Amino acid sequence: MKLLVNFSRGKGRKPIIAQVVRDTGVLINVERAVIDSSEGEALIDVPDDQCQLVRNSMTSLGARVRMLEHGIHFNEQECVDCGACISICPNEVFSFTPDWKLALAEERCVLCGKCIEACPHQALMLPL
Amino acid sequence: MHKTIDQINERIRDGSARVVTAEEMPAIVAELGETGALKEVDVVTTGTFGAMCSSGAFFNFGHADPPIRMERIWLNNVEAYGGLAAVDTYIGATQQSDTREDQYGGAHVMEDLVAGKTIELRASSRGTDCYPRRTITTELLLEDLNQAIMCNPRNAYQRYNAAINTTDRVLHTYMGTLLPNCGNVTFSGSGGLNPISNDPKFRLIGSGVPIFLCGAPGMVIGEGTQHSPAGGFGTLMVTGDMKKMSPDYLAAATMYGYGVTLYVGLGIPLPVLDLDVVRATAVRDEDISVDMIDYGVPSRSRPLIRKVTYAELRSGSVEVNGEIVRTSSLSSYRRARAVAQELADWIKKGSMTLSLPTRPIDATRQVKPMHQTSKGPRVMDIMDRQIVSISESEEIKTAAQKLLKGETNHLPVINGEGTLVGIVTTFDVSKAVANPGKAKLVRDIMKKKVVTTTIDEAVDIAVHKLEKFNISALPVVDAEHHVIGMLTAINLGKLFGGRWLK
Repeated sequence: MKLLVNFSRGKGRKPIIAQVVRDTGVLINVERAVIDSSEGEALIDVPDDQCQLVRNSMTSLGARVRMLEHGIHFNEQECVDCGACISICPNEVFSFTPDWKLALAEERCVLCGKCIEACPHQALMLPL
Repeated sequence: MHKTIDQINERIRDGSARVVTAEEMPAIVAELGETGALKEVDVVTTGTFGAMCSSGAFFNFGHADPPIRMERIWLNNVEAYGGLAAVDTYIGATQQSDTREDQYGGAHVMEDLVAGKTIELRASSRGTDCYPRRTITTELLLEDLNQAIMCNPRNAYQRYNAAINTTDRVLHTYMGTLLPNCGNVTFSGSGGLNPISNDPKFRLIGSGVPIFLCGAPGMVIGEGTQHSPAGGFGTLMVTGDMKKMSPDYLAAATMYGYGVTLYVGLGIPLPVLDLDVVRATAVRDEDISVDMIDYGVPSRSRPLIRKVTYAELRSGSVEVNGEIVRTSSLSSYRRARAVAQELADWIKKGSMTLSLPTRPIDATRQVKPMHQTSKGPRVMDIMDRQIVSISESEEIKTAAQKLLKGETNHLPVINGEGTLVGIVTTFDVSKAVANPGKAKLVRDIMKKKVVTTTIDEAVDIAVHKLEKFNISALPVVDAEHHVIGMLTAINLGKLFGGRWLK
């Protein structure tokens, strides 16, 4: 399960992720993170059965946590079925149907975002 | 046996013509034989849908009151050509917005107009006795224009080289994103569905021939720019009425790191006149091969990695040096098929009849490279030939002394065989001195991944490397990786001494 964690770094600069790993013993995989002097946002991956535990622990430390149930956002209107994304994706999310329509295996997506730049038609976006 | 164009048009008009797509033709020829296919099929439709940068449109806005002779023109902040007077312009697909850069361009203006959206026209003029007005700003729909005539100088490339990247960094090219170390292959084109590939001798495709252009009926004007059919790279100049175009067959795009382009859907119906046409239209993806080119080499003549067919490329992966590499198409095969199918439907309905060329296209031409009257500066012209280098087993202190004595900020690091193995800068040495740790020797602090140049590399390419990697010097190496010079930001100053810039 993927969780999007937002936290402010106002007072004390608490190491939220490290704290949660220590308190819960759950190994958190940080897939991407943007952290500046005042706030941070991290996309983390945790085992499904420990998701609630991690979520509660983070929330109690003052973070806002949202479950991400979706992979990359696909705008079918903009897509022309070229396939530029297919060879770029490290997890083989994209493929063609027999009649050359682009198909997505959303459950494989780790939201790395590499396909976003590679799409000439801006049909792929992070689901935020 | 042969058929005339009049017989075929007669059948189109009475609704009895047999029209098939170029994708269906190989199987028909295999089943019925060439003579049988000639008897059976009257028209083969082709199609392609891909990025065609050399595209654009002429617009006439009608006269304002008081009238203006537009000299500078912007449509949604994308500059259009102002040299046509008075209210005519040409907008090119790749022209980028003054405000939104590569996120919006001429291609998007055309896409928005075809989609029925409003476009803001801004124009200025110096004002004349007959055209006193100096500026105008107005909002326009496609229907408000007197003419909107798409006119694309170079479309429908017969085939296109596949792209690969042997360097160790990601490249962003007009062939899309190329992953490092041969991480993927990109290609473009509809292969066996491509119009010219079904008529490589240009017997049927030429001036005046009716076509499908972005969902509207259009016409071949003649050979396209850079037309080079002798090497299998024929192109076409085409035109069509933008007011009749469909958003399904025209799509603006941005190739990341390269810029704006327009995806164009283009199809040509080919009359099946004789056995030569049958044989030409039986072409398959397997029969059309292209060069797989290393885009890691920033030169006009990029190295050939291997030959590859459209069938292999479309299969999803190809073999490169013993490894399986995934492929990505940049053009849409699905939409290319839709173009050929819709064009076939037009002809079956009788809404388009065929013509033979009023003027043929030369099938033997070969494109020439640019005639360059002056060669740009090369690395050898400005590099430092005096090299201060250091061996990897020397102490950091020695490096500091050499940097001071040599009055340089970069020391190439040489191994026992005299070849380049790293680089240390004043920054690296200062860091090691300021934070004394375990590092004692040059090899402990040197950067092992060195970006280099060669004596005959163009300075522009070397400068691109300096910018891209945010560094200020490049060791100049020979084929054996011996350092024969250094190119630093200071050397670039020589370019401004009047020696190269006139």
